Amino acid sequence: MKFETPAKTNPIDNLKVVGQPIHRIDGELKTTGRAMYAYEWHDPNLHYAYGYPLGSSIAKGRIKSMDVAAAEAAPGVMSVVTTLSVGELGKGKLNTAKLFGGDEIQHYHQAIAVVVAETFEQARAAASLIKVEYQEESGTFDLAEAKMSAVKPKDTDGAPPDTAVGDFDGAFYAAAVSMDETYTTPDQSHSMMEPHASIALWHGDELTVWTSSQMIDWWRSDLATTLGIDKEKIHMMSPFIGGGFGGKLFLRSDAVLAAIAAKATGRPVKVALPRPLLVNNTTHRPATIQRIRIGADKSGMITAIGHESWSGDLPGGGPETAVMQTRLLYAGENRMTAMRLAELNLPEGNAMRAPGEAPGLMALEIAIDEMAEKLGLDPIEFRILNDTQVDPEKPERPFSHRNLVGCLKLGAERFGWNDRKKPGARREGNWLIGLGVAAGFRNNLVMPSGARVRLGNDGVVNVETDMTDIGTGSYTIIAQTAAEMMGVAVDKVGVHLGDSRFPISAGSGGQFGANSATSGVYAACVKLREAVAMRLGFNSDDVVFENGEVRSGNRSVPLAAAAGAEGLVGEDTMEWGDLTDTHQQSTFGAHFVEVGVDLATGETRVRRMLAVCAAGRIINPITARSQVIGAMTMGVGLALFEELAVDTRRGFFVNHDLASYEVPVHADIPYQEVIFLDETDPMSSPMKAKGVGELGLCGVSAAIANAIYNATGVRVRDYPITLDKVIGDLPEVA
Amino acid sequence: MRAFTFERASSVEAAAKSVASNPDARFIAGGTNLLDLMKLEIETPTHLIDVNGLGLDKIEATTDGGLRIGALVRNTDLAAHETVRRDYGLLSRALVAGASGQLRNKATTSGNLLQRTRCPYFYDTNQPCNKRQPGSGCSALGGISRQLGVMGVSEACIATHPSDMAVAMRALDAVVETVKPDGTIRSVKIEDFHRLPGDTPHIETVLERGEFITAVSLPPPVGGRHIYRKVRDRASYAFALVSVGAIIQSDGKGRVAVGGVAHKPWRLEAADVELPKGAKAASGALLAGSRPTEQNKFKIDLVERTLGAVISEARG
Ligand SMILES: Cc1cc2nc3c(=O)[nH]c(=O)nc-3n(C[C@H](O)[C@H](O)[C@H](O)COP(=O)(O)OP(=O)(O)OC[C@H]3O[C@@H](n4cnc5c(N)ncnc54)[C@H](O)[C@@H]3O)c2cc1C
Ligand code: SF4
Repeated sequence: MKFETPAKTNPIDNLKVVGQPIHRIDGELKTTGRAMYAYEWHDPNLHYAYGYPLGSSIAKGRIKSMDVAAAEAAPGVMSVVTTLSVGELGKGKLNTAKLFGGDEIQHYHQAIAVVVAETFEQARAAASLIKVEYQEESGTFDLAEAKMSAVKPKDTDGAPPDTAVGDFDGAFYAAAVSMDETYTTPDQSHSMMEPHASIALWHGDELTVWTSSQMIDWWRSDLATTLGIDKEKIHMMSPFIGGGFGGKLFLRSDAVLAAIAAKATGRPVKVALPRPLLVNNTTHRPATIQRIRIGADKSGMITAIGHESWSGDLPGGGPETAVMQTRLLYAGENRMTAMRLAELNLPEGNAMRAPGEAPGLMALEIAIDEMAEKLGLDPIEFRILNDTQVDPEKPERPFSHRNLVGCLKLGAERFGWNDRKKPGARREGNWLIGLGVAAGFRNNLVMPSGARVRLGNDGVVNVETDMTDIGTGSYTIIAQTAAEMMGVAVDKVGVHLGDSRFPISAGSGGQFGANSATSGVYAACVKLREAVAMRLGFNSDDVVFENGEVRSGNRSVPLAAAAGAEGLVGEDTMEWGDLTDTHQQSTFGAHFVEVGVDLATGETRVRRMLAVCAAGRIINPITARSQVIGAMTMGVGLALFEELAVDTRRGFFVNHDLASYEVPVHADIPYQEVIFLDETDPMSSPMKAKGVGELGLCGVSAAIANAIYNATGVRVRDYPITLDKVIGDLPEVA
Repeated sequence: MRAFTFERASSVEAAAKSVASNPDARFIAGGTNLLDLMKLEIETPTHLIDVNGLGLDKIEATTDGGLRIGALVRNTDLAAHETVRRDYGLLSRALVAGASGQLRNKATTSGNLLQRTRCPYFYDTNQPCNKRQPGSGCSALGGISRQLGVMGVSEACIATHPSDMAVAMRALDAVVETVKPDGTIRSVKIEDFHRLPGDTPHIETVLERGEFITAVSLPPPVGGRHIYRKVRDRASYAFALVSVGAIIQSDGKGRVAVGGVAHKPWRLEAADVELPKGAKAASGALLAGSRPTEQNKFKIDLVERTLGAVISEARG
């Protein structure tokens, strides 16, 4: 099915199941420990071996030699495969740095060997016995230093690196009120709970891989390329994923090492990346330096807006696309954006937790707050004044649906925004209290997505798609979609995900998963409904699927009966026409935060949070809320403490464990309120839904930064906003 | 982690002898620090002697009116003990500010005193670190040092001792009781127990090889307000950037020990004397001669401000 014209009324609009607050259908499996994560697959008939990876101890150079004699002789060891012994391997299309093979070292903790032993402990102990001789080369590790040599990037996810409309320079200099500030965001780590892990098993030339992947087909294709085998020979499964946040979008070394180790030993081999390797062996979100200039007339209308961003990556990599939202969020006749990319020899930078918009809004939404203050306007008023219903770079392109203003207004009312005081003016005991707001914005992406739906003679509907559930609720919303379409209850739907034998789906990333994958299920269900109608001799236009029955006129047949002995199958892929070109599809939000800053120590603690989201139809308010509060939690981390500390001499992230890379703990997170505006977007899909997960993050950190400013009068433009950046300007302690 | 053999000690003396006779042997108490270090091969013992079953898990009143805490008393039990909460509130508060509930259930008094630094380079065996590998250099100097020390640091090492409990014990003038492999018993004042890094940062305490901690005793209670203020980026489950443990009497006199600034809990008599004059004076005396790095110089200001808050809390 191709989605080419705005959705009309369709069976989803019945909202008997879709839109209902249904608890996760896989919840019980998870709470009882029966959901099998990658490393936990255990077939008692298989005799697993354990692979332990060794990472490079230098950031750049070549390996001269490796001495594996001691490791090979260690107890329990079956095989030691090194990056030298395996020779050159292919590089996946979506990987920047190669994952294994050859003597070149491109980054710290790059995988250089895998030791396979009878037990995990034996493999780990032996790995440390490998001696490596390197030819170390100097590299560039400091973005601030490399900024001068940054160039216009080629690859920016299909968008131009630079855009310009009108005469930005002229308008900026002529503006009655203007601001020009630079903001920085640090390198950040996904830090999901489940590490990358894979089990590989060969039967002849056929490879089976259990892994933890957000994108089955991307992984399968890139694993085939890396190993130089036919993709069809790989069977990949990833039914449960303990978080990915972008870190599991692209093939990683665990799958490659497991496959190679399994080949070398003829055994099924388990490989998990140890936590210290997660940071430097895999990907991270690159640091940014962002300059924002805004000019406005006295009334507060933006006349010029410019956003430039610098980031770095390994050769062949891409930039952090931090200027994207600035192209779309606010009006203004004269505008410019530009991205520049420096070459850095740090580990690979790539997608993490709302790439582009998350760090982009961290800067832009502070700038908006600063500008509002200069203009003497309330920051909400300033945002409303500069709202736009069209793509400001291409005014002929309207937004499909945009209610940022509604989010801001409702949020202001619910949060008690009017109680906000002047900076530094509200004190409770030892706490300085402040309120902050930021706009939330994230584009709604759509991806082709396929599914197969089987109707059995027991009336049960089974959905198969290689879609993944990374903790988001895919199982549940897919069940809801199929239940609504086929007129059955959710408990009459089985959902089977994350298996390369199933139709290729959107996968999970860029908040495109829910809308795209349920649309794919919708398309397959349309096919199945046609098959049912045909079998029953019904005119498919007036068939109603309801309460486990199929009705046409005054005829009514149980759905189970229509299935026949063999059952019926519907399979299709949702593809997308040009509605995303003719219309700008985005999701909107308003984030409100109250913080307390300790007068003496400068510690910031978040006291209240509210997100108001306008993101099309909400398929399930429970799972959507979970997405948003999880994202808001990440926003707290990014605002207050998440930072990969770069050793710019040796070229690696020093704090490579969860004790030193701090993510929020329960005590950091206060009551979080989420409101979804009741809306649909017929331009987005037959579901009339959009992405929502990443929207929950976009803007949060800036709202916190603005709240800290309101609390203290101290404006910090370098994230994370730790106490050392604040205390110097706090009042004396009594 | 290297393979190791495991032995359950039958007596304190046997345990001490066992470690003394084998340079690659270690005691294991709660294991919450040692096992992590073994997994990363920062410590590579080949023999572990489990000292949990020696009956050293009691808290008893001493004849002079103080308290004797068995070396194997769990941090959770110590923090919850009635006498500790009533008379040594500082200790209880410092303990619950540390780690997490699960860790405190395992962690012991002796293990906590002997826990090793959280300098990030100490945890990466690819990097030079004088504490882990004497003579290899100090990566933190000129590197990432935000968490590290500002007092008593050396050219060889600027690491801090990360314990919260030890800061309270320092303010309480605790005494560490030990048994040497030859059976000799000695008592070491907490102020003498941890060493400054000097040229030998890998030697962290005055304990001799095989010397075993049996208990920590506290002198009779001194009264006053007991305040422990731990400052950190996130609200829980993080080591202190700095922490201030103070006992302040109604006349404004008192004592203060500070964590997160040195290779040992940091307390100076001279600073205690200044306390009645206020935070500026006391912290000035406490941190005189500090040698911070660019990344951690904020700690100087932070100690003073935090102490200021502690003093006003004590008054209020
Ligand atoms: C994630 C995490 C967070 C933490 N956060 C904090 C924190 O915020 N604040 C804080 O203070 N601590 C914190 N800790 C550290 C924790 O307090 C220590 O790990 C714990 O106190 C160590 O006690 P243990 O009994 O487990 O020691 P073990 O690991 O068993 O032993 C540690 C060392 O002491 C030696 N030893 C033990 N007993 C004796 C004895 N009787 N005589 C001689 N030698 C002995 C052992 O040989 C070993 O070298 C944290 C730890 C972790 C893992
Ligand atoms: S400060 Fe001490 S522990 Fe840290 S790297 Fe230097 S020597 Fe090692």
